[in-house]
Amino acid sequence: MRAIYLRELGSYFSSMIAYITVGLLLAVLGLVLWVFPDFSLLQTPFASINALFEIAPMIFIFLIPAFTMRTFAEERQAATLEILLTRPISPWKIVFGKYLATITWLFIALLPTIIYVISIYQLGSPPGNIDLGQIAASYLGLFFLGAVFCAVGVFASSLTANQIVAFVMAVFLCFLLYYGFYFMSKMASFTSGLDGIIESLGIDYHYHSISRGVIDTRDLMYFICLIGLCLTWTWVSIKKRN
Amino acid sequence: MAIEVSNLSKHFGSQVAVNDVSFQVGKGEILGFLGPNGAGKTTTMRMITGYLSSDTGEITINGTQVSEENHNIRASIGYLPENNPLYLDMYVREYLSYVARIYKIKHPKDRIKEVLGMTGLTSESHKLIRSLSKGYRQRVGLAQAILHDPEVLILDEPTSGLDPNQLVEIRQLIRTLGKEKTILLSTHIMQEVQALCDRVVIINNGLIVGDGNIQMLSDNLHNKYSVNVTFSRSVVDQTLSGIKGYETHESLGGNRYIITGTKDTLNESIFDFAISKNLKILEMSTNRDSVENIFQQLTNKIS
Repeated sequence: MRAIYLRELGSYFSSMIAYITVGLLLAVLGLVLWVFPDFSLLQTPFASINALFEIAPMIFIFLIPAFTMRTFAEERQAATLEILLTRPISPWKIVFGKYLATITWLFIALLPTIIYVISIYQLGSPPGNIDLGQIAASYLGLFFLGAVFCAVGVFASSLTANQIVAFVMAVFLCFLLYYGFYFMSKMASFTSGLDGIIESLGIDYHYHSISRGVIDTRDLMYFICLIGLCLTWTWVSIKKRN
Repeated sequence: MAIEVSNLSKHFGSQVAVNDVSFQVGKGEILGFLGPNGAGKTTTMRMITGYLSSDTGEITINGTQVSEENHNIRASIGYLPENNPLYLDMYVREYLSYVARIYKIKHPKDRIKEVLGMTGLTSESHKLIRSLSKGYRQRVGLAQAILHDPEVLILDEPTSGLDPNQLVEIRQLIRTLGKEKTILLSTHIMQEVQALCDRVVIINNGLIVGDGNIQMLSDNLHNKYSVNVTFSRSVVDQTLSGIKGYETHESLGGNRYIITGTKDTLNESIFDFAISKNLKILEMSTNRDSVENIFQQLTNKIS
């Protein structure tokens, strides 16, 4: 598993993939938080970084599938998956090794955004007048949300040899999980009681629940189960060779 | 037996890819697996390596059955798939270290150095695989297959698409490896079989149509014995029938003939005939069945 993990990480950082994706995330967040007037923190009277946690999931919906689309699709396309599956390593370790590499990247991508938090911290009046506990919980929520998207992306990539197909499928699935259930729960036919259940199936519900600063094990279990489900499907999909 | 395949079958939907195939490869043998494209060579090899599972039948390697869970068996096989898939964005040495890590090879640095030397890659080891020529990429493919020192090597068309010089080099390398290892290699290039293999198994439409060494296969076909002769001057065709054991002949023009007849005595009687007619023989050679011939005859019989 270590071999797979290290190879994946190595390929992110020896090519431009990691630098471009992390750079893009920082650039978009930076523009929205500090430059574009609609969300700009400089225009609001409060030292709050909530906008970051509202915008980041939207960026992730596109960025993470773009990042994960190659994990298995590329190996299928190049037939290196065939050789990998004949080596003495279980498919489960291949899936897990690759997945760990993607969430390592996610962790590295989130690290530099702390600069924005520090900036807001300094801008408070007096400096430091900001709810750090809530920010920490929001980061945890964002990390789990990203980890689910990574698992979805890896799963979509395992289904096809075509990276574009993998990307489009992953974007759609992420969108469905994040917004789909939320919007569905607002449909008129569900307003009589089912809406709560449907809403709680979506990521949005649990993400905002953690973002409030309350770390509920139910929310964490939700994320972990979703990741487990996606990785199991991935495992099934690469075990079944076509 | 290093590899034993018995009654192996595999379907893809309604299409039968491999149909009741059985053969053995002895320890230290180089077996050529010959057949036209789409005959089922790759499918059979994929089943031996454990990439595909068989519908029916059994494969054992050194007496142990191949299965997905048995990692020891997998560690004793080196596999070079068709088209030699490689991670093009890795460096040669980096790729081999990755493979070494998967196989948990002890002292990976020494082993990589040794394999780089064996495959003649030492001077290319710092290069990106993408930047290598096809011949060198093939060497990388072989290097990854032998890195963990497997007993059995499965090579699927190891020389396809190489230029004549690269071909000779890779064959030389395979021959060297064959001294210590059991090799099953597939190909549709006949000269390769003649150059490399101790024995050949010919497969067509998923069925085995020939198994044995090249001489044996050719004898089994009951081909007519024929001789190419060039005389010093032209001969009246009818007089050729005076040759002892003569059956038919074919005139190629320019005093050249192909004469078919009884195997044991034909050469001698042509010589006697030439003396009696005051002819000189400028050239005489026996037509041997080439592997190509055998291959074509065996694979056309069925289709």
